Amino acid sequence: MKQTISILVENHAGVLSRISGLFARRGFNIDSLAVGITDDPTVSRVTIVVNGDDYMVEQVEKQLNKLIDVIKLRRLPAGDTVSRELMLVKVACSPKTRSEIMDIVRVMDARVSDISCETLTIEHSDTADRLEILCELLKPYQVLEIVRTGTIALEKGGSVIRV
Amino acid sequence: MRMTAAQAMAECLQREAVPVVFGLPGAAICPFYDALSQTEIRHILVRQEQNAAHAASGYARISGRPGVCIATSGPGALNLITGIATAYMDSIPLVVITGQVVSDLLGRDVFQEADITGSCEPFVKHSYLVKRAEDIPRIFKEAFHIASTGRNGPVLIDVPMDVQKAELDFAYPEKAEIRSYKPSSQGHPGQIKRVLAALKEAERPLICAGGGVFSAKAEEELRVFSERSGIPVVTTMMGISSIPPQYPRNLGMIGMHGAPSANRAMNAADLLLLIGARVGDRAIMSPMGLSQSATIIHIDIDPAEIGKNMGTDIPLVGDARQILLQLLEKLDSPPVPDWTAEYRPASPVQPVPVKEGCVCAKAVMASLFRQAEEDAVLAADVGQNQIWSARGYRLARGRFLTSGGMGTMGYSIPAAYGAKLAAPERQVIAVCGDGSFQMQMMELATLCANRIPVKMLVMNNGRLGMVRELQDLHYGGRQAGVLLDGNPDFAKLAEAYGIRARTLSNASEIDRCVQELLESDVPFLLECRIDPAEPTL
Repeated sequence: MKQTISILVENHAGVLSRISGLFARRGFNIDSLAVGITDDPTVSRVTIVVNGDDYMVEQVEKQLNKLIDVIKLRRLPAGDTVSRELMLVKVACSPKTRSEIMDIVRVMDARVSDISCETLTIEHSDTADRLEILCELLKPYQVLEIVRTGTIALEKGGSVIRV
Repeated sequence: MRMTAAQAMAECLQREAVPVVFGLPGAAICPFYDALSQTEIRHILVRQEQNAAHAASGYARISGRPGVCIATSGPGALNLITGIATAYMDSIPLVVITGQVVSDLLGRDVFQEADITGSCEPFVKHSYLVKRAEDIPRIFKEAFHIASTGRNGPVLIDVPMDVQKAELDFAYPEKAEIRSYKPSSQGHPGQIKRVLAALKEAERPLICAGGGVFSAKAEEELRVFSERSGIPVVTTMMGISSIPPQYPRNLGMIGMHGAPSANRAMNAADLLLLIGARVGDRAIMSPMGLSQSATIIHIDIDPAEIGKNMGTDIPLVGDARQILLQLLEKLDSPPVPDWTAEYRPASPVQPVPVKEGCVCAKAVMASLFRQAEEDAVLAADVGQNQIWSARGYRLARGRFLTSGGMGTMGYSIPAAYGAKLAAPERQVIAVCGDGSFQMQMMELATLCANRIPVKMLVMNNGRLGMVRELQDLHYGGRQAGVLLDGNPDFAKLAEAYGIRARTLSNASEIDRCVQELLESDVPFLLECRIDPAEPTL
């Protein structure tokens, strides 16, 4: 089962390697990891999507909490979060396929962020599942490159995680 | 006050009332060594850095304060790693100080550069790579705080040479303020109630005491709680000496090499109260079965240990001493009737017949425990000697030290002299095998140079005895790489260092030789010729 953990950490060097090292050496499976600064410049927010049973996710939480740099941590409730991931896809196109690809882009609410004679670069921000659908639809065309940020998420409603 | 960071580091150690440090210098730590030499702090020069960490560990375990060890950049720091990892596994508080190449050259693979904070990441509670001299007071304050609170452990401070030379205005913080680190020591009152309710229901409750009892300094509270509740106690290897062997409700050590009666008692219990024991695989080999047959209450300062290796019915996070005091305050049920009659430890470990020219290790241990002072400290190494020491352990008010989690050979002698420096008035004995002795024998020089009267017992069977036994049992007796051919004459080797020594090879001389060892007021090595066939159990 995929679960999302949101972590506030001290914003200084070495924190990310401590977190990622922990996952590697304890054998936790990680689907995605996204990190960025918050409104407080001393604090970064890490969003991790892990794939595992309750035992594993509890272990992940407890081991992360032991890191001195981890300020706060919460498992986000499934179904009650806004979660998004940004993806850029570069697809090869010809004058013939361009409009077909554009149709897909429109239907998926994605957008074209770069265009050349032979390529289209598509930008899309959505849930990880919806990004998969877009990838699937683009498969018949020649996908040249894909880059994804990993999921970021916030809990819905008034619930917040702050220092 | 204006001073260099190196002077500030030495000043921090003085503010933390550190009387002794263990280390070996090199170029990248010279500014600090220079400053250290201007203080009253005693420096013990080890002969290999790993031993500095072990010695600091022995010091920490007996003094109850973080042990401090020092090494230079690169190989010096890398040699510390085994010692740091050993301390980490056994939750021993260390503050480890390493020199680093100058900041501008970091990452250029210059001479004696190693990413020590990166290398040690899995084995430290926390680490710092100091970037600015003015951070030194705060970092040292935090390091001592982190090492010695919550679940104790090693903290590494890596200081580039240019930072050591830079100046700062020194002011030592009163308190460490770390917003992300607030370990809780009090047990949750609701959970305390649940524990007491479960204890009332239980007919065959049992306490399993681990090394956390020492970390929390809860030995006294453990005994009082056991007496008042009537609940008998087994210990893990790390928990040996947390409750006296003579205490009538102490059923002995559990685990792979534990007393069969203690293991059977644990399997018979209907409630298991784990106190500062992390359910390591050598202590509790089938946690799943146990959690089905008994109500499991797990008391630990580290929430991550609860539920990690064994399902838990009632988790209780906190400091073992605080929690025992909370339990004692609310305990109102009468002592549970004694259910342990059939689980009493058999008579003390029995000597076995051995071949001519050898003595029985178990008989030597029995003699040692008969004659040693009752508050002696015994540092056991790893292997057969460790199990002989653990199973024979009989000191009423003594302390048993060993590398329980990591099983690091070469631990006993440095840990023993660290312990001796923490408690000069106590007898301190190191027990090792001929294999483990040779991983630390350079430390004989440290003992001589500093006149530390550690008593050493070398159980010489010419083998890596425990591995030999494993090969006999599971590999068809094919002995691979276990014969220690080329062993020196250990007594002569000791004498070459000016250390008094005896070789014991005759059963009739055991008591006299052990007596001579114990009465010596200078370092003494007793080599015991052990029959290679003598089993661990």
